[in-house]
Amino acid sequence: MIPTSWYLFVAAALFCLGLYGVLARKNAIAILMGVELMLNAVNINLIVFWRYWGAKEVAGPAFVIIVLAAAAAEVAVGLALIISAYRRRHTIAADEIDALKG
Amino acid sequence: MTIETLLWLIPLPPLLAFALIILFTNRQRALSHTLAVLGAFLSWLAAMIVFLQAIRTEKLGEHPLTSVINWLPTGGTWFQIGVQVDPLSAVTLFFVAWTVLMIFIYSVGYHNFGQPEGDHDQKGLPPHGATVTDENGHPRKVPSIEPMYARFFAFISLFAFAMYLLVVSDNLLTLYVGWEIMGLCSYLLIGFWYAKKSARDAAMKAFVTTRIGDVFMLLGLAYLYTQTGTLNYHAIFNDPAVLQRLASSPTFLGLSVAGAAGLLLFIGTVGKSAQFPLHVWLPDAMEGPTPVSAMIHAATMVSAGVYLAIRIFPLISYGWQVGAPLPPAMSTMTFIGAFSALFAATIAVAQNDIKRVLAYSTISQLGYMIAALGVGAYGAAIFHLFTHAFFKALLFLGSGLVIHGMEHGILHTGEHIDPQDMLNMGGLRKRMPVTFLTFLAGGLSLSGFPLITAGFWSKDAILEGAFSSGHVIVFLVLALSALLTAFYTMRQITLAFLGQPRTNAAAQAVESRRTMVLPLVVLSVFAIGAGWVGIPQAFPGLGALSPNWFEEFVSGTLAFPLEVLPTFNWVSSETATLVSLGVSLVVSLGGLFLGWLVYRRQSSATTDPLQRSLGAVYIVLKNKYFVDEAYQAVFVRPSYWLAETFTSKWMDQGVIDGFLHALARGALGFGNFLRNFIDLPLWNRAFEWVASRVVPFGQSLRPLQSGKVQQYLVAGLLATLAFAALFYFVIRLAFPG
Repeated sequence: MIPTSWYLFVAAALFCLGLYGVLARKNAIAILMGVELMLNAVNINLIVFWRYWGAKEVAGPAFVIIVLAAAAAEVAVGLALIISAYRRRHTIAADEIDALKG
Repeated sequence: MTIETLLWLIPLPPLLAFALIILFTNRQRALSHTLAVLGAFLSWLAAMIVFLQAIRTEKLGEHPLTSVINWLPTGGTWFQIGVQVDPLSAVTLFFVAWTVLMIFIYSVGYHNFGQPEGDHDQKGLPPHGATVTDENGHPRKVPSIEPMYARFFAFISLFAFAMYLLVVSDNLLTLYVGWEIMGLCSYLLIGFWYAKKSARDAAMKAFVTTRIGDVFMLLGLAYLYTQTGTLNYHAIFNDPAVLQRLASSPTFLGLSVAGAAGLLLFIGTVGKSAQFPLHVWLPDAMEGPTPVSAMIHAATMVSAGVYLAIRIFPLISYGWQVGAPLPPAMSTMTFIGAFSALFAATIAVAQNDIKRVLAYSTISQLGYMIAALGVGAYGAAIFHLFTHAFFKALLFLGSGLVIHGMEHGILHTGEHIDPQDMLNMGGLRKRMPVTFLTFLAGGLSLSGFPLITAGFWSKDAILEGAFSSGHVIVFLVLALSALLTAFYTMRQITLAFLGQPRTNAAAQAVESRRTMVLPLVVLSVFAIGAGWVGIPQAFPGLGALSPNWFEEFVSGTLAFPLEVLPTFNWVSSETATLVSLGVSLVVSLGGLFLGWLVYRRQSSATTDPLQRSLGAVYIVLKNKYFVDEAYQAVFVRPSYWLAETFTSKWMDQGVIDGFLHALARGALGFGNFLRNFIDLPLWNRAFEWVASRVVPFGQSLRPLQSGKVQQYLVAGLLATLAFAALFYFVIRLAFPG
């Protein structure tokens, strides 16, 4: 069998990439993509742990499906927000939306 | 209503009158005087009822009419006060009641009730007359009513209350209360015309001088109380065991307790009865209206001093027998009394103010009474007190009439002369006949005119008492004073009434109205007849007709009569009677004759013939031996210095205020130091620096809030990692293994 840790490394790598994307990308849609990557990394983690310990449970895939559903909904809402923000600000660069600057 | 209840009520009507006048009727003149006279009348009535009962009671001295209440709780017992009538207080009540009532009635007319208000009369000054137009349209000046009419009656009512209280009380404490209230009323009444500086000064002088006596009296009272536990007359003066103990316990200066207490109490008498050296207030007290002089300074208040001395006689004379050397208290009394008698009589000879002569005469007569007590002539002293009240009040009231008449004359003629100066008078017997006759009765009584005047009998009794107890020097001094008394009295009568008027005002003087003359007539009845109750048994002829009622009655006051030393046999009583009688006749008639002789042709209104014949002596007498000036230099000026300079300027302003100012300056300086050297440079700078750093600090934190979400996320991530590391290490440390 492929050792668990390999899968976990992959998931961690994906997560970090996603995190980097969220923190460093200017484009708001790219930030959303990063968020998606992080969520998918979490999904991988969940499946790995389901498969390797307690594969008979149905809770594993159930959890994953819920997360996926949540991710999808979130993207929908997020894109709607971005469109709304674009209509106001005419930009989707995250570092240009700083109206709450102190 | 028992007699004892009536006793309690005697002092009350005048007190009520005082309260009602002060509170309610001050503006209503007729109502005020009615209340006052009614009060005096009710007290007189009660006093007469009590007196009649008292003289009918057997052995009144041993069983006086008394009534007592518990007053002050003193530990386990009560200090009781009450009322008492024994023979002494019965006769005192008699003369006080009559003189007070007569003077109250007199005052109504004296203050010109019924006359119009003055032109420019002010409260606080004597009235100066009102201008009235008669039927023909001519303006004339008439006497005006006293502006402070009701106030006068209020004060004399309070005074009457105090005197009655003193007379009916059965213990020294309420006597002292009455004594002090009388002192207050004396102040108020002498200073009645308060806008006159001389009246204010005289009132102050009277009060302070008598106060000096009162302080010692209070010491005596306290001393007696600590030694006996009571101040009740019967318990002290009628109890041989108490007196024995007091007379034999020694204190300092060789005095016994009884002697020391007696002396202290006697000093109160010296002040109140104006004996030397505390006599200086009485002549100045003539600043008050004449009824005041009559009542307070002749008949009642000064008599209170002698009354006290008579009361404490058992205390000072216990163990003494006639013929033995006098104990210190009695010899002091004798000396002061006899000295005052002669001293004042000599001064009276050189006075020109009609009231001043009478004032010095009062001092002299009181000296007689005290000297009599000092040599043991108890009954004679009381007898003279009794008769003196009547004839002296009569004389003062008569002088008031004379002054009124003179003022009337002055209003007519417009002269600016002193209505009280006898040299301005003359021939008034034709203008004021009734006044003349009553004044003559009083003056002859004062001089001791034989047989038909009361003063003769009482004065003779004193002289006889002095002679028969062996005190020849005292006898001679008193006889000389009697001679001078007759002399100055006749001088007074001659200058005022006989001869020809020396000023126009005197020629225009008028008789006063009935309400003023009637009291004088009543008093003159007593001045003539009051002596006949005390004719001594040994008197040639008349003596056998009746017992000496007065002497028998009042000597019952003493629990044990004075004894005579068995070896003392210097004269028989018949010799004593005859010698004193002879001397009395000589000095009285001789003095009267001399007085008439010197002054019968007085024509000058400015100089007295004695001025030439006595020369420097006259100047000394006229200036009252310069005693006032001596007191001024020795007591008054140093007191002022002490008060104004030492206490006020040096101590109060200098030391106390100076200390406070220094303290304040120190505090101020310290405060300034703190502010300028610590507060401003240190603290203010520090806090200002801190404040100056705050804003830049805030500004420096501003970039943290950039508004950029991703930066916030980074910060959140870093914080999470930091906390996670912290928790990880803490948990590792806390749970090893």
